[in-house]
Amino acid sequence: MRTAFPVLSVVAVILALWYAACVPMNAQWARDQAARAGVELSATALVTDTLAQQRPRLPAPHQVAAELWNTTWVEERHGRRGLWNTGTLSNRSLIYHGWVTLSATLLGFAIGTGLGILLAVGIVHNRAMDLSVMPWAIASQTIPILALAPMIIVVLNAVGITGLIPKAIISAYLSFFPVVVGMVKGLRAPEAMQLDLLKTYSASEAQTFFRLRLPASMPYLFASLKVGIAAALVGAIVAELPTGAVAGLGARLLAGSYFGQTLQIWSALVAAAIIAAGMVGLIGIAQRITLGRMGMAR
Amino acid sequence: MSAAEAPVIEAQRLNLVFETGDGQVHALKDVDLTVRKGDFVSFIGPSGCGKTTFLRVVADLEQPTSGSIRVNGMSPEAARKARAYGYVFQAAGLYPWRTIAGNVRLPLEIMGYPRADAGARVARALELVELTGFEKKYPWQLSGGMQQRASIARALAFDADILLMDEPFGALDEIVRDRLNEELLRLWHHTGKTIGFVTHSIPEAVYLSTRIVVMSPRPGRITDIIESPLPRDRPLDIRDTPEFIAVAHRVREGLRAGHSYD
Repeated sequence: MRTAFPVLSVVAVILALWYAACVPMNAQWARDQAARAGVELSATALVTDTLAQQRPRLPAPHQVAAELWNTTWVEERHGRRGLWNTGTLSNRSLIYHGWVTLSATLLGFAIGTGLGILLAVGIVHNRAMDLSVMPWAIASQTIPILALAPMIIVVLNAVGITGLIPKAIISAYLSFFPVVVGMVKGLRAPEAMQLDLLKTYSASEAQTFFRLRLPASMPYLFASLKVGIAAALVGAIVAELPTGAVAGLGARLLAGSYFGQTLQIWSALVAAAIIAAGMVGLIGIAQRITLGRMGMAR
Repeated sequence: MSAAEAPVIEAQRLNLVFETGDGQVHALKDVDLTVRKGDFVSFIGPSGCGKTTFLRVVADLEQPTSGSIRVNGMSPEAARKARAYGYVFQAAGLYPWRTIAGNVRLPLEIMGYPRADAGARVARALELVELTGFEKKYPWQLSGGMQQRASIARALAFDADILLMDEPFGALDEIVRDRLNEELLRLWHHTGKTIGFVTHSIPEAVYLSTRIVVMSPRPGRITDIIESPLPRDRPLDIRDTPEFIAVAHRVREGLRAGHSYD
């Protein structure tokens, strides 16, 4: 309860601001409609109208919530193409689109994390890699991914790789970076004294790595994974934008903006946020279990 | 003690110069020292006098610039590989992700002791430092003094006959330090190990040692080596006897003489 209160207060403030913003944002359209119909719009009517438009500039929170509900449960349960009627996910449901994006995210995250850890191990153990890899890793993150994504897709397409893999690679491109930075710091976390101690035992490099560096890096790894998974999701969504993808949250965002479907845009955004929060939460649980078992939890 | 026995540590005209950003630092200058088997040798002096550096040279953690050093008749590197010594650092440096028993088992795992033997050795080492019963605790659950005792157990676990200790009780309060000093003496009696002990406390050095090496800085060198006349069996209140006070006085004089250079 003590932790819930501040969180709920912040949510309440955000919702209040959101509602307050809906009225001026959508007022123009309501006034135009009223003028066209030749009726006078009272203040209450204006507020009610701005919170319930079909295509508002800024949809109200409850509209987004309703849209989310309709494009998930209602669509799958009762929709003509829903899970209950056809046995497969409906291509009009956010569950389907969310899964398309999530699968690319998870694959990209796995590739990015693996690559990040490998690079970090190399950087920590090899002086040449230490000097050469890090500048490139940093440079890679200064290129706008939106500019790079189409090129990656086109190049991979030319060599016959399509579908999930190109999206996952763009995901990995964004998510490997926090893992490299965090793991380099983590693998270097042991103090000189700890390394001296292992030297007095004449421990090998491998023993030093597995008994000291790797366990010492765990807190850093989990912190990086949380950043990395969020970056991986952004990467997967961005990868769907320039490719004319027909499925995925990115595709929903793009289609929504083509047709002025703000509700669709916002519900896709909220779905992405929910997925990100869920994945970060899962990593948090894994962190608590792992560090708890290692006796490192506070 | 037989005089014919080979010295455990033998340093001759040992020099070590560190190259630093603003010039050379003469950490050790012409250090001659012989440590016999079963000795408890303390190194005392102000910071920068090379006492820790000397211990690190013995442990093959630093390379001398010139001169010779033999440990158990071997080069320090060979002695390290032959597991000739256990090293206790200023901080306990236990792994937070290992239990106390796990920490003491660490060197045994690295050195490849079989499981059952390692278990018995861990139990014996913990018994020596009176930590039996704390096997399953994590380091953060123990006081600073107990952590340092666990780190001594870790250095004892593989039964090296030399124990090198670098200000092991420096970070502890006086009361805990007294107690650990007493325990260390008992442990030394019990095991007959040769101990090299760095400290900056005069009473600690006099109370523990059979020989006290007084050092001074810039350049780091030995100014006096004192053979302690105190008996090997020492209760804590030996520190109030005239003999003790006389030795402490001589150490203080040696330290002052070293300082008069600058």
